[in-house]
Amino acid sequence: MSEQSLSEHSISTTSYYLVFLALMVGTALTTWIAYLDLGWLNTPVALGIACTKAMLVVLYFMHVKHGTKLTKIVAVSGIFWLLLLLGFTMADILTRGWLGFPGK
Amino acid sequence: MITAPVTVPEREHYLNASYGLKSWLLTKDHKRIALLYLATITFFFFLGGLFAVMIRLELLTPQGDMVQSETYNKLFTMHGVNMVFFFLLPAIPATLGNFLVPLMIGARDLAFPKLNLASWYIFTIGGLFTLYALLSGGVDTGWTFYTPYSTTYSNSFVIATALGIFIAGFSSILTGLNFIVTIHRMRAPGLTWFRLPLFIWSHYAASLIMVLGTPVIAVTIVLLAAERAFHIGIFDPAIGGDPVLFQHLFWFYSHPAVYIMILPAMAVISELVAASARKRVYGYEFVAYASVAIAVFGFLVWGHHMFVSGQSVYAGLVFSVLSYLVAVPSAVKVFNWTATLHKGSIALETPMLYTFGFIGLFTIGGMTGLFVAALGLDVHVHDTYFVVAHFHYIMVGGTIMAYLGGLHFWWPKITGRMYPEILAKLSALVVFIGFNLTFFPQFILGYLGMPRRYHAYPDEFQVLNVMSTAGASILAVGYLLPMCYFIWSLRYGKIAPDNPWGAVGLEWQTLSPPPVENFDEIPIVTHEAYDYVSLPNGSVTPKKEANVR
Repeated sequence: MSEQSLSEHSISTTSYYLVFLALMVGTALTTWIAYLDLGWLNTPVALGIACTKAMLVVLYFMHVKHGTKLTKIVAVSGIFWLLLLLGFTMADILTRGWLGFPGK
Repeated sequence: MITAPVTVPEREHYLNASYGLKSWLLTKDHKRIALLYLATITFFFFLGGLFAVMIRLELLTPQGDMVQSETYNKLFTMHGVNMVFFFLLPAIPATLGNFLVPLMIGARDLAFPKLNLASWYIFTIGGLFTLYALLSGGVDTGWTFYTPYSTTYSNSFVIATALGIFIAGFSSILTGLNFIVTIHRMRAPGLTWFRLPLFIWSHYAASLIMVLGTPVIAVTIVLLAAERAFHIGIFDPAIGGDPVLFQHLFWFYSHPAVYIMILPAMAVISELVAASARKRVYGYEFVAYASVAIAVFGFLVWGHHMFVSGQSVYAGLVFSVLSYLVAVPSAVKVFNWTATLHKGSIALETPMLYTFGFIGLFTIGGMTGLFVAALGLDVHVHDTYFVVAHFHYIMVGGTIMAYLGGLHFWWPKITGRMYPEILAKLSALVVFIGFNLTFFPQFILGYLGMPRRYHAYPDEFQVLNVMSTAGASILAVGYLLPMCYFIWSLRYGKIAPDNPWGAVGLEWQTLSPPPVENFDEIPIVTHEAYDYVSLPNGSVTPKKEANVR
């Protein structure tokens, strides 16, 4: 049970401002592309920006970047569990119709 | 096993350290918060039980002669919502878990005492929302809130009820978080992971589910409310949504939620088996890992609720196979408990009677779970009373038997008083008989084709339904009895010794009831859990260890 306080790796105020700026740019970018038709890329691009923003928040604002190994395991577990939800749900949605008659 | 009453001079403990309503409503003591939960969930248990009584009375006759079908829909919905979200989910973790986790690991409290109190308030506020929905006219969607009925057609209080569940979910997350941090950071010196009681392992696994799964039901409920209020097109196929998506999101949490109920029940049973047989739990490490395995596998099987929903056959096959897999760690536990009893010095006190009840009923519930995990058979029994009987064997036969067994086992520690043993044994017997008479006929009813959620049925099903209703009335007596004698024992029960069972857990090494800060000195642990060979009298204090008294 090793101790590792957050203050040992305090993130500088400049970094916070830079991350905040990046989040604002991401928000503006999301708004901008909402008015563009990127075809099949519409959803992947919007989700990509959203995921990048979420990652910045988790790494810097939630201090995971300098957290303990256990903290990182917890964060990665959360993402893994989300992938389980999405993966198994898609296993249904993407395979509907495989048997060639409606609903199966 | 119960030794002669010990005369305990008046001393300060957590119950008499302060008096008055304020001292309870603002307490940060995990033991008092556990009792606040106990009172709250008992209220919801009897409220949910009241709905069950009305359901069973309606089903006494084939005709729908006591309530209208709309009212019947509300009765089974409110029964399910009350019992699942406001009783079964918090039953063991929030009461026995809250009380015992710090005591069992030699800590003075949980890691976040204020958060612990906040979680009780949040839970209570969630419950009040549900009560509001009930008093305003109720909800009729079933506890599963399936779309499109819940989003488009129901004229009942769907959003208010869902909001209550949403709020109560945060209580569950906070409790889980509190347990995880406490178990990681606050174990007594020498208490390594593999010296932890299995109670702690199971609560740790259940806490993982609470933290990882509950946010998903919260999101799902928000989407449900948004769809119902604003028609945003998530679940409504008319505007691009998918109603089966709701079932995926709902069951991603709600199937593991069964393990939030049953893992803490298994936690209790492991303690009861070891203490009653006076042996180390056979295959301790396997049982510990099985808890984690159940928590993980439990997240991979939700699609077995959806075999007839329109889910693809391919996904159905995958979920069916994975559902069989989750039976393996569950079976490991059952076999290991049974192996622990082998050549054990078994004390047939009340807690052990409930343990026997749990093992038998959980096994029946688990085995019939394999029936409904089979793709072909599930088509036949889906939405019949077979399923109702199956999950009641797990949730009631499993969780409530363990909950009652645990309450009896730790009642002397919690209150400092003994309960009346003969009456308690009688009550365990009444519960067992009443439970089986209520739910076993439902297996047959379901197999014969009686669908659930109807208030009328063909005449040929009446005999089995009468048996079920008769059993329910016996079961009700079985549940009322402990409440009566537990309350009676608070004043008239024999003074309990500190360790009436001669058990070796750290919680038994402190006074009954425990002092405010649990231990005068933090204990130093030098033995593995359930070491009845080195510590035949249950005491870990005499020789090398710090005296925890």
